[in-house]
Amino acid sequence: MAVTTIKVRVAEITELTPEIRAFDLVPLNGTPLPPFSPGSHVVVHVPGEDRVRKNPYSLASSPWEQDRYRIAVRRIDEGRGGSVGMHERVRWGDVIEIEPPHNLFAPDRAATRHVLVAGGIGVTPFVAYAHALARDGVPFELHYAFRGPEHAALLDDLAAASPGALSTYVDDDGTAVLAGLRERLAGQPLGTHLSVCGPAPMMDAVLGLARELGWPESRLHLERFALDEAPRLPFSVRLASTDEVIEVPAELTLLEALEDRGIEIPYLCRQGICGECRTPIVDGTPDHRDIFLPAEEHGSALMPCVSRCARGPLVLDL
Amino acid sequence: MANSPDAIAHFPFPFDQDTYMYSTNVEPADQVRDNGMAGWGGRVYDVCEHYRDEIALRNEILARDPLRCQVLPHMREAAWDVVEHATTSMATDYPDWFSREERGGEVRWTNRLLDLEQVFTPGVEDTLPEEPFHWMMRQVQEDIELLDHRGDALYVDAGILTFGADWSLDFDLGMSFLEIHGPVPRAHELGVFQRAHTFLLGLRAGQNFRRTNWTMTVGRRLDTVTEVYPEWGPDRASLTYDEIGPRLHLRVEVQHFVRLPRSNAVMFPIRTYLISLDELCTVPAWSMRLERVLASLPDDLTDYKGLARYRDMTVQWLAERNATLGATAA
Ligand code: HEM
Ligand code: FES
Repeated sequence: MAVTTIKVRVAEITELTPEIRAFDLVPLNGTPLPPFSPGSHVVVHVPGEDRVRKNPYSLASSPWEQDRYRIAVRRIDEGRGGSVGMHERVRWGDVIEIEPPHNLFAPDRAATRHVLVAGGIGVTPFVAYAHALARDGVPFELHYAFRGPEHAALLDDLAAASPGALSTYVDDDGTAVLAGLRERLAGQPLGTHLSVCGPAPMMDAVLGLARELGWPESRLHLERFALDEAPRLPFSVRLASTDEVIEVPAELTLLEALEDRGIEIPYLCRQGICGECRTPIVDGTPDHRDIFLPAEEHGSALMPCVSRCARGPLVLDL
Repeated sequence: MANSPDAIAHFPFPFDQDTYMYSTNVEPADQVRDNGMAGWGGRVYDVCEHYRDEIALRNEILARDPLRCQVLPHMREAAWDVVEHATTSMATDYPDWFSREERGGEVRWTNRLLDLEQVFTPGVEDTLPEEPFHWMMRQVQEDIELLDHRGDALYVDAGILTFGADWSLDFDLGMSFLEIHGPVPRAHELGVFQRAHTFLLGLRAGQNFRRTNWTMTVGRRLDTVTEVYPEWGPDRASLTYDEIGPRLHLRVEVQHFVRLPRSNAVMFPIRTYLISLDELCTVPAWSMRLERVLASLPDDLTDYKGLARYRDMTVQWLAERNATLGATAA
């Protein structure tokens, strides 16, 4: 099912550090923004030179604020261009599109205590964590490492949300934060959960330390961004019975393109789960994006509600 | 509490084929579903002509057995999510009966069907007369289970079950989605639950899905949970051929899947509809289809659904009815 985007206005842009900018996003017509849970991100449709890029950014504001979302973006020149687009093309007052919040890094609600560890821009989700945990009266401590004082972002937001819970480290390679954490991780009561967000080597080191100190996997959490959905490219299919060729543009699914031609395929979920739309093929290699079709049928059928074409010509047995 | 012709026309008749087998039958919940009559669905909370009766019945059951509604402490946020979701949806879907006004952090909720007015502050327990989930559940006809999303699993850590079909909330509380479905025959081998699990883990706020499930019940009886089996189980064996029309009911659950935005919990409302076979036979397309579905239902599913004692007799009864219907039509 396609995600409906929300249009928001960039109400404020704040230089937090030489590399990080905060963007405050507000609703266009006063309708409150959707509520969200701590750890949620929004996918921002970033205007680019050639095409729109979809980048996920953690919501770095209180989940109880519905008249403003804050995201913080670090400029990465060697990245795929999304962060550069945010820094160079997005201006104060612009209207941009975001996808509604989605959460892949929610705090464990059965935890009785939280240790949060952030490196650099990885601190963003913990702003919302701090607001939520403080509000619920769940004890937590936040360890935040950055390369130098000029690179510390969001300190005011964090301090406001978590008085007394914040320890900071000036750290280039993780040694300072690891040294500080060793003692903290050794002495935590049962029921404490550890959540880490930052550069991969740092996350590995912190989780490695926790394992060494006997923490079970069920109490360790790390932020893993869903990789962007693989890009949808246009392709065409041929119908075996009539030789009719149907173009499937990038913005349509194969199922939609068939329906537009008056070809009715049974469907239910339109998400690649239920199995209703299974369609046999006689030639070509599909790009299977469903979770229904068993591997042994990958050469003989596809689910047109989500799957596309890997190598053509794709010929449907219709 | 029989169904009016209008309620029958909106009945969620669940079969669109002559045979039935488990599948991951989930679909987007926003459209009205065709049933050959007036259609069904489109709203998560369905307020119908039985509203006051079913609310009264629920209150009686809760008074007798408080364990039918339970909220583990870490589900507090999810409970408030339900209050916000239900009050907002009901006020939007049924403006004549319910209204919700929000001002300065306070909500004024009016339920004209129950003659109830309440001002409360979301997130503040003592502004409601009782725990928020309990309070809300006394105003909807759905049973609702709340699943906490922890790691890569979903756990039923809160819920209410007053109108359940032979299972027990008290027994299942705290169990994961995959553990709960352990007893269901065949579906695991078919991969149904693995797919359903993946789907639920990825469910997004604002994109609601639904599915139907079905069984049969002797008597117009909503409360057939395992705890009170002695009250309804024996009816399965004592049902006679002559009583089938008025007493045997097709029982359909419309189940929704909703991601709650603040708690990230998955909300699972189950709405149960009962239709007697006499009522069902007023729509010949349904009685003919039900006859074929029952006749071809595999034995293990028939057993699991508890229909074994009267399935053959019911197929015969439907065949006779359908023959006379056919004769009248001809
Ligand atoms: C989201 C939360 C869900 C909960 C809490 C839930 C709960 C249950 C329970 C308690 C039972 C009775 C099991 C027993 O015999 O003890 C059941 C049965 C079943 N469930 Fe679910 N379920 C959920 C979602 C789903 C989904 C998404 C599917 C998708 C296919 C599904 C398919 C089934 C099937 C096929 C049965 C057997 C029903 C029958 O034949 O009567 N459930 N479920
Ligand atoms: S419609 Fe469900 S798999 Fe395609």
